[in-house]
Amino acid sequence: MDIERRDFLKIAAGSSLLLAAGESSALMRPPKSMPPEAVGMFYDSTICIGCKVCQKACKESNKLPAEHTVIGPEMSIPVWDNPIDLSGKTYNIIKCYKSGTAENKNQEENGFAFIQRHCMHCVDPACVSACPVSALRKNPTNGVVTYNKDACIGCRYCQVACPFNIPKMEWDNPFPQIRKCQFCDHRFKEGKFSACCEFCPTGASIFGPAKDLLEEARKRLTLKPGQYYDYPVATVNSKQKQRQKVAAYVNYIYGEKEAGGTQFIMLSGVPFDKLGMPSLSDKSDAALSEGLQHTLYKGMIAPAAVLAGLIFAAYRSTKNDK
Amino acid sequence: MKDVLDNLPADSGESLERLVNSGLSRRDFLKFCTGVAVMLGLPVGMGSKIAEAVTSAKRPPVLWLSAQECTGCTESLLRTNHPTLEKLILELISLDYHETLNAGAGHQAEEARVKSMKENKGKYVLVVDGSIPVKDNGIYCKIGGKTALSLLEEMGSQAAAVIAIGSCSSWGGVPSAAPNPTGASPVNAIFKSKGIKTPVVNIPGCPPNGYNFLSTVLYFVTFKKLPELDDEGRPKFAYGRIIHENCERRPHFDAGRFAVEFGDEGHRKGYCLYKLGCKGPETFNNCPTLLYNDVGSGAWPVGTGHPCFGCSEKGVGFEAPLHTPARLQFITPPLSFPGITEDKAKGATVAGAAVVAGIAGAALGAAAVTGKKLSKKEDEKTERKER
Amino acid sequence: MSEAKPAGGKIVTGPFLFFVALAVIGVIFIIKRYIYGLGAVSNLSDGYPWGIWIAYDVVVGTAFACGGYSLALLVYIMNKGQYHPLVRPALLASAFGYTMAGASIMVDIGRYWQSYNLFLPWYSQVNSVMLEVALCIALYVLVLWIEFSPTFMEWLKAKGLLQTANKLMFIFIALGVLLPTMHQSSLGTLMVISGKKLYPLWQTQFIPLLALISAIGMGYAIVIFESVVSATSLKREIEMPLLSKLSGIIPWIIGIYLIVRFGDLIIRGQLGLAFHGDLKGNFFLLENILFIIPLVILASPAGRNSPRSLFYSAVSLLLAGSLFRFDAFLIGFNPGPGWHYFPSFSETMITVGIVSIEIAAYMVFVKRLPVLPDMGHA
Repeated sequence: MDIERRDFLKIAAGSSLLLAAGESSALMRPPKSMPPEAVGMFYDSTICIGCKVCQKACKESNKLPAEHTVIGPEMSIPVWDNPIDLSGKTYNIIKCYKSGTAENKNQEENGFAFIQRHCMHCVDPACVSACPVSALRKNPTNGVVTYNKDACIGCRYCQVACPFNIPKMEWDNPFPQIRKCQFCDHRFKEGKFSACCEFCPTGASIFGPAKDLLEEARKRLTLKPGQYYDYPVATVNSKQKQRQKVAAYVNYIYGEKEAGGTQFIMLSGVPFDKLGMPSLSDKSDAALSEGLQHTLYKGMIAPAAVLAGLIFAAYRSTKNDK
Repeated sequence: MKDVLDNLPADSGESLERLVNSGLSRRDFLKFCTGVAVMLGLPVGMGSKIAEAVTSAKRPPVLWLSAQECTGCTESLLRTNHPTLEKLILELISLDYHETLNAGAGHQAEEARVKSMKENKGKYVLVVDGSIPVKDNGIYCKIGGKTALSLLEEMGSQAAAVIAIGSCSSWGGVPSAAPNPTGASPVNAIFKSKGIKTPVVNIPGCPPNGYNFLSTVLYFVTFKKLPELDDEGRPKFAYGRIIHENCERRPHFDAGRFAVEFGDEGHRKGYCLYKLGCKGPETFNNCPTLLYNDVGSGAWPVGTGHPCFGCSEKGVGFEAPLHTPARLQFITPPLSFPGITEDKAKGATVAGAAVVAGIAGAALGAAAVTGKKLSKKEDEKTERKER
Repeated sequence: MSEAKPAGGKIVTGPFLFFVALAVIGVIFIIKRYIYGLGAVSNLSDGYPWGIWIAYDVVVGTAFACGGYSLALLVYIMNKGQYHPLVRPALLASAFGYTMAGASIMVDIGRYWQSYNLFLPWYSQVNSVMLEVALCIALYVLVLWIEFSPTFMEWLKAKGLLQTANKLMFIFIALGVLLPTMHQSSLGTLMVISGKKLYPLWQTQFIPLLALISAIGMGYAIVIFESVVSATSLKREIEMPLLSKLSGIIPWIIGIYLIVRFGDLIIRGQLGLAFHGDLKGNFFLLENILFIIPLVILASPAGRNSPRSLFYSAVSLLLAGSLFRFDAFLIGFNPGPGWHYFPSFSETMITVGIVSIEIAAYMVFVKRLPVLPDMGHA
């Protein structure tokens, strides 16, 4: 038998509806905006000296264990040294970009530069949108993306969703958790702020209100290389300053727009793609995913209507059987 | 140590006698020479060779030219005390000319200089302290009516080697600080512009540690060649590492414990002085291991609670503001930084690949077998139909 | 419903023991996973958090288990009663497929002891595609077993219960069509949020539609495949008239699929990536060639009437749909440099073990329960 013409038309009509819906980017739900009292972090790669005090402060503050890293071919050489990347035991890491002779800092060719990696605390986080059980949440006031182990089921969809590959799993633990930087959320209650910023000796990592940080970043981009500038230390509005010579910046604030904006922004003297930062669109992938899902389901009204039709059809068919 | 003393060459005894008579015990002297050998990174047995060299009948001639300087280098050199350096200068080397230490003065001194130069042409060691002004033909510094510039040209071109002691002669130092009114220049820059090929050893510092100078001289005297130098012409045994690497306060840096202002709690507890502008992370020197004035631990700037100010480092001392944090020059140690991209995941194993390949093979094989069975059936059917 | 009866025969046969042995090996590794954690048995990493357990056991596995859904769509919704004899075996395979997918999820998820959080309203996060997939699959497993329950009732000769069940069955049949429509498309939607990590050949807004269409196609293919395989292995006659009729639907489904697939790529201007000659491009080509093969074979009546070409078409379509899912979840997925994934031995053996349990149980069921059509009356 061939499918009947009428049936085919029915199917075709149905799928063309979906097609029409899928074509427009109007499927995306509107982007989210920065929470009113959003806190953030600002990393200036040009003044980072790679001392890794932030890593140590992070481990101490979050009570994270030392890491037994394996390196080399076939991951065969075990070392008790610096972790090689973020992991279930490391929320914060300084990585080093090296090129050629690696002689000069903040230089793309024959130079080197540092980059600090930890959670970006997206304005519109994909991990939060992905999590089925609200284990990852974005604080509605300060915008910190937090993790609740009592909710988490360990499905790791957050890891698939995150464009920065930030959430990490404890693979070696039979009762694992997802691990990631939470801006030292637990220190806020004690009136403190992120440990990595508090301990950074140069002011390469500073903490503060997200909008002040963005302002500071914009200001730095207007500075001339070679002039002296008073870099704030620890927090953006700190009285403690470090007078330093300004290096040549790449004229780009990473995190201002990436994935719908992040609360962790960066400046650097070396292009960000060299530092391993992904180039992303200015919209969160969560906007499309959620838009698609809600367009198809329309608050479960559409499935309910379809179900009613199906019940009718099934009833008719089974009645005929009898 | 005892072996070294016992194994001294027999002929060194005679020349040592002179030293012993001058008040330095044979034992102390050998100790000193062995100490020098160790500092230079030489085997302990080399101590005796150094002793032999410096006590040989003909003492190596040394001329000392002072230009735009503060005499700080000489002063600090005078404060080395095992043995006291004036004894070494008078007994071990033949210091034929030194403006501060000359017995004679005026024309008498100049005569001694010219005489020594003539006698030891191409053999003497020239030590220069202070920078040389080049602006307006170098009229800002004159000795005996001659400019320091012309003296350096004259003395430097005939020397076996030049030791530039102190930051001024090594890279310009204080006199060269902006706006540099005299056009103060280091020795190697002048040699380069004048085409003088005499090798130059830089012993920067303000002042440099006397033992770094002494060891360089003794190395030259012993081996008739200069110690291994780095790109800046500094002996590697002394300037091979940055201060930060050997600093006694390094653990505080690594742990993130910093003094934030002078006299605060962290400062009193001896925390890292990085935030106060310590230039240790960009300054090559051996201050934290060698220390000053033979008085024991803590006798160096950071040990006393003041940040290193980078006196020996070109572009740092007298140039970067005193309390500006050090700019990072070197990635140390290089291995402990993860690259931007590190290979992290476990690769495919033979067993893993084999089982996947096996499953794929089994599935395709089973499909083929079933297909074959089916075609057999089909064939049977068609055969039956045909019948 | 008296058209089905147990196939009979010995339960403990050579193949049965073979699959039980594989199942035991799988279970040993599963025990290891629960004692030492996921890293001890799998090559999963923070870059590739999902491996074959998700891509094969869940995504491909549930698509393989779409026979019940596809047939229900045809028999009960489009009212094609003549396919009714195929429903029961398809339902059984679906019920097993989905149950085993659920079991795999319990092996795969890290904090399995908290999995009930999915059903707690105060934890549910309605924007999550995963929530919808998880709830739908969980509910559908239940619905499938309810749909299959008359078989047990017949076997137990519970007449009264059977009557009530049959009366109410239409509700579950309707649910049994709705739920797979929802989650088979959403299994595709899962990857939308991975954004640039998924290669543009697969990262599209149409991935839910593609996943759904291919799942329906695979549903028909698996019905053909299972009928042919159980007929040959149990030495029964193949239900050729039914199967060749059924196979007539497949070219239409594949046709629609390919129009959407290539239409989307052309509109987005990404079709060129398929011909770059790299691994991803080649897998895309392979995947689509495997779709085209059954389209060509089954478009002609000769192809539809030969059991062999029917079988090969079904295999090709199943491979095509599986490859599409593997590509979208693993091969086309690239979290960035430094990460790579290939399943480990123990990881694969767990999957093999779970599939073996499924096959062994299917063998027992068809021999003892009234599942397969009664060929005596056919």
